[in-house]
Amino acid sequence: MSTTEEVTAEADAFDEAPVSTPDTPSYAVFIPNTDEGAQLLKPRSQTTARELMREVGSVLRMSEAEAAQLGELPEDPEEDQTMIINMGPQHPSTHGVLRLMLEMRGEEVLRCKPIIGYLHTGMEKTAESLTFMQGGTNVTRMDYLSPFNNELVFSMATETLLGVTDEIPERAVWIRMLMSELNRMSSHLLFMATNGMDLGAVSMMIYGWREREEVLRFFQEVTGLRMNHNYIRPGGVAADLPVGWRDGVLRLLDLIPPRLDEYDILMTGQPIWRERLQGVGVITPNEALALGATGPIVRSTGVPWDLRRDMPYLKYDEMEFDVIVGSYGDAFDRYAIRLAEIRESMKIVRQILEAMPEGNYRIQDKKVTPPPRARIDESMEALIHHFKIFTEGFKVPEGEVYVGIESPRGEVGCYIASDGSPNPYRMHMRDASFTNIQCLPHMMRGGLVADAVAVISSVDPVLGGVDR
Amino acid sequence: MDGAAEGTPKMHGCPVTQSHGQEVIHPTREQYLDVAKSLADEGYTMALDLCGVDYLQHMSRPLPYGIVPERFEVVVQLLDIGNRRRTRLRVQVPESDPVVASLFDLHPGIEAPERETYDMFGIEFDDHPDLTRILMPEDWDGHPLRKDFGLGSIPVQFKEVHA
Repeated sequence: MSTTEEVTAEADAFDEAPVSTPDTPSYAVFIPNTDEGAQLLKPRSQTTARELMREVGSVLRMSEAEAAQLGELPEDPEEDQTMIINMGPQHPSTHGVLRLMLEMRGEEVLRCKPIIGYLHTGMEKTAESLTFMQGGTNVTRMDYLSPFNNELVFSMATETLLGVTDEIPERAVWIRMLMSELNRMSSHLLFMATNGMDLGAVSMMIYGWREREEVLRFFQEVTGLRMNHNYIRPGGVAADLPVGWRDGVLRLLDLIPPRLDEYDILMTGQPIWRERLQGVGVITPNEALALGATGPIVRSTGVPWDLRRDMPYLKYDEMEFDVIVGSYGDAFDRYAIRLAEIRESMKIVRQILEAMPEGNYRIQDKKVTPPPRARIDESMEALIHHFKIFTEGFKVPEGEVYVGIESPRGEVGCYIASDGSPNPYRMHMRDASFTNIQCLPHMMRGGLVADAVAVISSVDPVLGGVDR
Repeated sequence: MDGAAEGTPKMHGCPVTQSHGQEVIHPTREQYLDVAKSLADEGYTMALDLCGVDYLQHMSRPLPYGIVPERFEVVVQLLDIGNRRRTRLRVQVPESDPVVASLFDLHPGIEAPERETYDMFGIEFDDHPDLTRILMPEDWDGHPLRKDFGLGSIPVQFKEVHA
C-alpha cells in the first residue's frame, strides 16, 4: 500500500529518490548512505560564482594578467556537456578512502573536489582523554606511514612545555634522528611502490614493498613492531637500540643503493614512465605556497624549503645533506625528488652511524621517566613511582606551544594547549597530507582522467593523517 | 603576562607575548584580518595551520593585559619562508557570536583548516567560499571537539561474553 503522503515523505527524505514498489526493489534507499550533502561537488548551476572561481583556481595569488587568462580558458562549457562522476572512496588509486568528485568533459577533468572524512575517528578528541605518556600511541596512528615523525613532533611539543628540551640525552637525540631518517626512507620506498602501481608498473609495486619491508624489519628489531611503534616518547625513546643494531643499519645501507639503481633503470630513464609523468599535474611555486603545500610538493616547484635545513631541530644542523628541488613542479619532479631523498637520507644515516654517542636513551628526570624495570623488584619507592606515573601520568605546566618538523610528506606540526593536568587540554596535529590534497584541483584541471591517477599518486596523501 | 598596559610589547596594535620562546600575537576579532594582512606584507606569506580551542573548562588561562578571555580561540600558525621565522595569532571568539573573518582571500590554503574548525567547533568564518562540514557527516548534530560535547562509549564485547 502506498499513499500519496508516504510518497511525498520518502521523496523529501531521499532527495528525489525514485518511488519503489514492493515488486521492484529500488536501490535508491542506499543513496543516503553515501550522500554527503553540501560537501559534494555540485553542478555549475548550483554553484555560486565565487565558489566556481575558487574551484578553477582563480583565487590563487596570481598576477592580473594570469587571472584574466584563466577566465578566458575555453574550458567552461555548458552544463549539459559535462558529467560529474565519483572517483573513490574505494578506488584503488586513492590510497585509502579518498573520494574525488570530478567534473568531466569527455576524458578531460574540469573541476575536482576531494571529499574526505571517511577515516575520521576523532583522534584529536581521543588525545584529550589520554595522558601525555599515552599520547604517543594515539599520534603514531595518524599518518601511519611516518609514525616516528608523528611521535617525534608530539614528544618535542610536550618537552617544550615541560621545559626539558635541553636535557634530552645526546644518545636519545641521535636515536630519534636515526629512526626518523629510516622512516623517511621506508615512506618514500612505499611511495615508489604505489606510484608504480598507479601507473601500471606493477612489478615496481612488488619491489617497493620488498625494500620497505627490509626497513620495517629493522624497526621491528628496535621497537618490536613494524608500524605504530610508540617508540619515541616524551623524555627520550622507549628502549635503547638492541645489540647488533649497527649491523642491521649497515645491511640496509648495502642493500638499498643497488635497488635504487634498479629503479632508475626500470623507471627514471624509461620513455613510457616519463611520458606518463612529465608535464602532468603542474603546480607553480606561487600556487604551492598560497595553498600551504609543504614537503616534496613545494620543493618540486623549485622552492628550496626543508625544515631540516632551514629550521633545524634535533642535530640536523650538524649533518651534511642536500635539499633536493625540482624545476617544473610536475609529477615527474615529485617522483624524482622522493627517489633522491632516499639517497640523501642514507647519507644522513651514515653520518649518524659514525656520530652515535653512548649514554642514556631517556631523560633521567624522575618526573617524566619511569624507573628501570630492575629497580622495581628491589625498591618500594620505585614500585610506587612506577605505579603513579603509569596510572596518573605526569603533569605538564600550563601553556601552549607549536612545533613543526619535516615529515616525508611535508611539515607535520603539533599544537598543544595544556592546562597543567596530565592530559593535553587540546592537541591538534597539522598534517601535511591534509593541506597537500588541496592542491589536487589545481593540479588536475585540464588534464585527463588517467593523469588524475598520476596526480593523486604524486601528492602521496595518507588518509590516516588527512582524516585523523 | 598580566603586566600593565604599557608593559606589554605591541605589534600592529596588538599585545605580543612569548610562549616557550615562540612569538604569539593577540589580535581582537576586528583587528585579526588587518594584522594578518600586515604580517603577510612583512613576509609571513604562508598560513600553515588554523585550529580552534574550546577553553570552556580553562577560562583562567594567562592572557596579556587588555585581552578578555572568551570561550573559543582561533589559533593561526604563520610562516615566513624568507626570514625563516614563525609567529602565531590567537583570536578570542565569544560563545554567543562565534564568527571570525576568513583568511581565505589572503591565504587560499587555509580553506580546509577553516572548514575543519567550523566542523569541530562550530566557529563560522565570514566570507569563506564553502563553509560545510569536512570530516564529520553532513547530518551530524553538534561539534565534537567542543568540551561540552557528550562523549559516547561502546560496550566492549568480551565483558558481555564473560558476564
